[in-house]
Amino acid sequence: MSNDNEKDWPLWEVFIQSKRGLDHKHVGSLHAADAGMAIENARDVYTRRGEGNSIWVVKAEHVHASNPDDAESFYDPADDKVYRHPTFYTMPEGAKYI
Amino acid sequence: MELNEALFQFCLRRGDDTHVLSHRLGEWCGHGPVLEEDMALTNRALDLLGQARNYLQYAGQVEGKGRSEDDLAYLRNERGYVNCKLVEQPNGDYAHTIAKCFLFDAWHLPFLKAQLDSKDEQLAAIAGKAVKEATYHLRHSSEWMVRFGDGTEESHQRAQQALHDLWTFTGELFETDEVYTTLQQAGIVPDLGPIKEAFDRTVNEVLAEATLKRPEDEFMASGGRKGQHTEHLGHMLGEMQFLQRAHPGAQW
Repeated sequence: MSNDNEKDWPLWEVFIQSKRGLDHKHVGSLHAADAGMAIENARDVYTRRGEGNSIWVVKAEHVHASNPDDAESFYDPADDKVYRHPTFYTMPEGAKYI
Repeated sequence: MELNEALFQFCLRRGDDTHVLSHRLGEWCGHGPVLEEDMALTNRALDLLGQARNYLQYAGQVEGKGRSEDDLAYLRNERGYVNCKLVEQPNGDYAHTIAKCFLFDAWHLPFLKAQLDSKDEQLAAIAGKAVKEATYHLRHSSEWMVRFGDGTEESHQRAQQALHDLWTFTGELFETDEVYTTLQQAGIVPDLGPIKEAFDRTVNEVLAEATLKRPEDEFMASGGRKGQHTEHLGHMLGEMQFLQRAHPGAQW
């Protein structure tokens, strides 16, 4: 394998939907020359054990992440606002995936 | 020729084709050019191994002498193997491996599609499962042919060389003999005419997109179905069968 970054294939993030109606979940990443190859590679690397019925891939460089240094100002303010949680309802029996 | 004997031979041929190619692809395990391709080839190898098991199990059943799939796979020698010569060729570089897969797939997929209509229920059922796998195999190998052919100057040249080296082994895929015609008359195996047309169509389309030249039909190698192989098969079997030969009946 070449270590020359110029020649390496770009990195792609892979999202798999395990069942119709559910979310596509991030499962990992891989290298591929283009989107078509990324989907085939994802099929070969991440759906070997019947994990999926739909695949999304996105170039890793297009994923923008929040900065860990912002964590306090981003997330802590939500900690004391329990009224935002829908915990005051009784769940209907048999409701799944909520 | 008796129908049962012909059916046994045919199952061996299909079993050996898929098993030998599976083993060759398994040789890439841990050596693939990138992790993703390593996985792709071993997935393929496992698909083919599953198909080989189906054919060899059925062969043992048809023969009726109590030979299991393992007996047939591990205790026949080179002269008893009846795979086509294409699949036993060494892997070479990645372009060689892909070209070998591509030529096999371009024949295998239409063959399996036609086998769905076999009057033999077991063969039709095997094809039913295998056809989905072969569809993906052809897609994978075709895409790589295009990437190599329409890639860099070096990848183009290597893919063209691979086609040149392997083309002589494609004639055998369309040969008929007594075994084949006996089964064809019974509606068990398909007419090879439409399969050759489908093969030509796929090869021409993919090679055109890949900017590769289709080699001329010149001398075509033959003999694999009679157990006459290139020197490579013996070495491969030596490795593949070692454990069963050294420790007969070993289990773990």
